[in-house]
Amino acid sequence: MTAEATAGLENSALAIAAAGPRPWSLPRPDWRPLLLGLGLPVAAALAWEALVRSGLATGRLLPPPSRIAVTLWKLARTGELWPHVGATSGRVGLGFVLGGVAGILSGLAASYSPLFRRLVDPTLQGLRAIPSLAWVPLFLLWLGIFETSKVALIAVGVFFPVYLGVMGAVLGVDRKLVEVGRIHRLSGLDLARRILLPAILPALVVALRTGLGLGWMFVVAAEYMGASEGIGYLLVDGQQLGKPDQIIAAILVFALLGKVADAAIVALATPALRWQDAYQGGR
Amino acid sequence: MVPLRAVTDFEEPAPATCREGTGEQGAGTHGTGKGLELAFDGVTKAFGDVGVLRGLDLVIPAGQFVAVVGRSGGGKTTLMRLIAGLDGPTGGTIRIAGTARRGLQPDVRLLFQDARLLPWQRVLSNVGIARGPGWKARAQALLAEVGLADRAGDWPYVLSGGQKQRVALARALVTEPGILLLDEPFGALDALTRGDMHRLLTKVWRQHGFTAVLITHDVAEAVALADRVLVLRDGVIADDVAIDLPRAARAAGAPRLAELERRILNAV
Repeated sequence: MTAEATAGLENSALAIAAAGPRPWSLPRPDWRPLLLGLGLPVAAALAWEALVRSGLATGRLLPPPSRIAVTLWKLARTGELWPHVGATSGRVGLGFVLGGVAGILSGLAASYSPLFRRLVDPTLQGLRAIPSLAWVPLFLLWLGIFETSKVALIAVGVFFPVYLGVMGAVLGVDRKLVEVGRIHRLSGLDLARRILLPAILPALVVALRTGLGLGWMFVVAAEYMGASEGIGYLLVDGQQLGKPDQIIAAILVFALLGKVADAAIVALATPALRWQDAYQGGR
Repeated sequence: MVPLRAVTDFEEPAPATCREGTGEQGAGTHGTGKGLELAFDGVTKAFGDVGVLRGLDLVIPAGQFVAVVGRSGGGKTTLMRLIAGLDGPTGGTIRIAGTARRGLQPDVRLLFQDARLLPWQRVLSNVGIARGPGWKARAQALLAEVGLADRAGDWPYVLSGGQKQRVALARALVTEPGILLLDEPFGALDALTRGDMHRLLTKVWRQHGFTAVLITHDVAEAVALADRVLVLRDGVIADDVAIDLPRAARAAGAPRLAELERRILNAV
């Protein structure tokens, strides 16, 4: 990392600062920008609520927030929501694991082996250029209309960002640090475990988060194509029966699930990335 | 005070089995470090058509402190990488303790220009990078030797530039190498810190007895630290100067030192 050189200069100052509290206890986050950012959507929701309540708008196509909340609450209380949440999460989870593992393995192969890079990478890049939704009819033909085609579509969506991210991360590992490992005669396994893996971990986490994000995107497409269960089914159902409140409720559930899954990855990776938080927090 | 070593006479090359105390052999046992003899027989190195080293014949006796000076691009760093086994020579042989070597050497360690600490490991784990049984105690002992015993639990990024190089020095010494290569390790430090590092290096060299090869473009640094200064110019040894002055008498401005310095500067 070329940043090391410049970091060295700043660090003498940091070393003095670090004599006080431990450097990895970061300063408390400032909530004010977040509150400011919430201002616009909250104001819009309140305004819409007021307009509908006062009878100036019907709210037939865009229901007021209160009605969406009631719909969501009903779905949750009657237990109708949970099988849908389970089905969708299961598809995304399975597709994410399959696509993620394949992406990590191919990314590693591509970064270690120039042959693989020359032989396979052009094909993968070509496939990547295909909008993944274009696969849907083929997958339906090949894999049927049930779970397999849906999971396959999600896995394809997850695969590419993970593959690219892992390949880029390994190729970008600081050669100087690898040299330190070689000089100290670390075995291949130790070199991978103690130098390569920690070095690519930040990029790997970003790649997995991107992949997971795409997984949620693709599950909607998959379920939209035909499903009897899943949040995507609630969307279709809402459209066909003219229930915009149910559509928006489903959208909210998607947002919530996506956020929770992303936070889970971050939480899992945080202990291993603490050095990086400290490094960047000190800047 | 550790008694001053004789720096005027170059001792006869030590016998090939120069790790004494046969029972305590092997990297990793603390306190067994003994310098190893380093010899070059017609060593050449070319990158494509460009000859960087053009026939080096040289013997560095066990335990000697040698400085290599020269202009940048003169082949200093290439020489260092050959000794460490990071690169192979185009021609000729490098012998360590009498035997021809190829590939990475277990008894050679390198101190780089930048400390190259792993940012994701705390100081103690960085020092003990080679692991092995009992590494924590050894790493802690080496940290104490370089004066950083209380920083074992810190992340590298909180250390100053000089402290980072101290940690790198402790890491290089933790396996008791027979040869320590130093590739301009103090170039980026301020003058005061550099003076501290010079004293520390001299101290650990005396205590551990390794053969030291210091690459530097700073002639004053070379004559202050080394037993012998080699001038590397255009890929050959242009001059080989013995610093025949005890270290205690090497205060800046000593006439003999200034004379040697002038001679080296002329050769560079």
